[in-house]
Amino acid sequence: MARNAPDIPLQKIYTQLPDGNGMFGEFGGRYVAETLIEPLDQLEEAYRQFKNDPEFLAEFEADLKHYVGRPSPLYYAQRLSRKHAGAQIYLKREDLNHTGAHKINNTVGQALLAKRMGKTRIIAETGAGQHGVASATVAARLGLECVVYMGEEDMRRQAPNVYRMRLLGAEVVPVRSGSRTLKDALNEALRDWVTHVDSTFYIIGTVAGPHPYPTLVRDFQTVIGREAKNQLHELAGCLPDALVACVGGGSNAIGLFHPFLDDAHVRMYGIEAGGLGVETHKHSAPLNTGKPGVLHGNRTYLMEDENGQITETHSISAGLDYPGVGPEHAWLKDVGRVCYESVTDEQALTAFHEVTRVEGIIPALESSHAIAYALQLTAKMSPEQTIIVNLSGRGDKDIDTVAEIEGIEL
Amino acid sequence: MSRIQERFAALARDGRKALVPYITAGDPHPGQTVALMHDLVGAGADIIELGVPFSDPMADGPVIQAACERALVHNTSLQDVLGMVSEFRQRDQQTPVVLMGYQNPIEVMGTSQFALQARQSQVDGVLTVDLPFEQAGEALDIYQRHSLDTIFLIAPTTSPARIKKICEKSSGLIYYVSLRGVTGAGHLDVSEVKSRVNEIKQHSVLPVGVGFGVKDAESARDIASVADAVIVGSALIRQIAAHVTHHETLRKNIMALLAGMRKAMDNGPRKPEVPDMRA
Ligand SMILES: Cc1ncc(COP(=O)(O)O)c(C=O)c1O
Repeated sequence: MARNAPDIPLQKIYTQLPDGNGMFGEFGGRYVAETLIEPLDQLEEAYRQFKNDPEFLAEFEADLKHYVGRPSPLYYAQRLSRKHAGAQIYLKREDLNHTGAHKINNTVGQALLAKRMGKTRIIAETGAGQHGVASATVAARLGLECVVYMGEEDMRRQAPNVYRMRLLGAEVVPVRSGSRTLKDALNEALRDWVTHVDSTFYIIGTVAGPHPYPTLVRDFQTVIGREAKNQLHELAGCLPDALVACVGGGSNAIGLFHPFLDDAHVRMYGIEAGGLGVETHKHSAPLNTGKPGVLHGNRTYLMEDENGQITETHSISAGLDYPGVGPEHAWLKDVGRVCYESVTDEQALTAFHEVTRVEGIIPALESSHAIAYALQLTAKMSPEQTIIVNLSGRGDKDIDTVAEIEGIEL
Repeated sequence: MSRIQERFAALARDGRKALVPYITAGDPHPGQTVALMHDLVGAGADIIELGVPFSDPMADGPVIQAACERALVHNTSLQDVLGMVSEFRQRDQQTPVVLMGYQNPIEVMGTSQFALQARQSQVDGVLTVDLPFEQAGEALDIYQRHSLDTIFLIAPTTSPARIKKICEKSSGLIYYVSLRGVTGAGHLDVSEVKSRVNEIKQHSVLPVGVGFGVKDAESARDIASVADAVIVGSALIRQIAAHVTHHETLRKNIMALLAGMRKAMDNGPRKPEVPDMRA
């Protein structure tokens, strides 16, 4: 970030969307089969009712505090900052949440909604397994039946999380269609929902899917940004100069960004998975390389072939391995409010090791993408500036993957 | 009069119901689709629903998903599917063809371009599974301008107010999804289907087809007793899946299954009506 970069237009309001149809500009909406319209209407109505209900909000807040362990610290990474001699780097420690990632903020919120709507069964899709674990966790706590759909390939990559979900009493269903990863798990979860709409609440794990999911998930995740804003104010007495977060579906990123969107001087960087490099087709960076299209119930940027078929993605991190992205990010890209970049598997892996060694924090491979970019960014910044990086999850789940890449047998 | 209207008018004159098979274009191989379409007509099909393969058919069950995957192994594109309809039309000018699929491949081609080419290929109607009428605005205008019938789904979960709106946007026929779930699932409740079909008919003069859950001659006959068209997909595709490499067996089995349905619908003994005790 050059200090003389042009300013973002002042006085523009970025926090009024979506509109009544769930659209963020031309993105979002509700592209689903007719059977799902009524349950989505019911969900929207329930959410509209509860989001302003003091009792519901108090219960959500209490759960975040006593069950999730919030607020999560905003940690000043002193050695990392000094080593790179640029801006002061702060890490928002979502890795310290119960179950080890930001995903639980959302599942706690949606589970409360499920309970109020009288649903007895929870379903979820998962990629890295973090959202599956977070869903199984809240289901166990509320005594709800839980079924998690997970691509067969991801079950292999994230075996400890599969076992964790089963310990929590969830049924983990392997998905063998398509590319056997997150997108196929999402298809399967939607099918389950269509078939069991009366009893079942579908907890989507990111800011994707049909309206109202992108809004609902965002609202539950904005606790990240609201806390970070207050915490940085207390610690340093200022607004951050830059925010950096990784973008899979985009929930941890929007959670951090949203409370700052109308602060015109705060620059924001969403980091997609560059895989083996965005020029290789082996990546998961639709905002960097894709085109607008329709998938999983919303219009957004997609990775697709010339015939409109969704293409297979690649990332070292299962949680970023998704060919679409939340519609609000698609809109924020097009209006120029957020800058979307990518880093490769290799760069993420380097950052993973560096944070582990320099700060004594093992970050998730997903979050390592954000850190890798922040370290590039800080080189162009000065010591009186600050960056907040969303450390969306802890890396314990990834140690098998890292060891395997490095040829180490555990 | 559109080809679909003409077909229903002719059926009404004969006191028969429409049999509407669905197959996925390109399954098991793009080179076999046109021949299969002619076979379907030979076995008694009145309208053909031709599926456009999509990588992520989220409203379909495992049977049709697998059909899409088989077709996509050969890169069957929307362009290819339009070519198949053109080829089919060289020998068959009468049988209406409806394209059923998902929105993304259409957008990549461009809705106007797609509509133009669909008209040129003599496609009769378009059913886009993941395009509810609220999102269809512009596409609806374009399809109407190219004389393509716009077919929408109505589900068991659809509210009465929505049924009315969907009827207003529909042309050609209305497709009632007979059960909650994806294609290829579950059991039918004929009396429930009957009351829903009657509800739809209060808002529309269009014929109502019923699909999802028609498995065999018996269920086809039951549905024919309460609807104008019987739509059958997964049951046929199971035959394709079971005989992917045996083209002749595949054709024979599909034709036998469809002919059995046709026969049961046309003259099978009807079960005595069970009086509706709830009334
Ligand atoms: C730790 C962590 N970070 C980030 C992500 C990506 O999801 P999102 O982009 O919705 O935050 C995941 C997904 O599983 C995750 O586990």
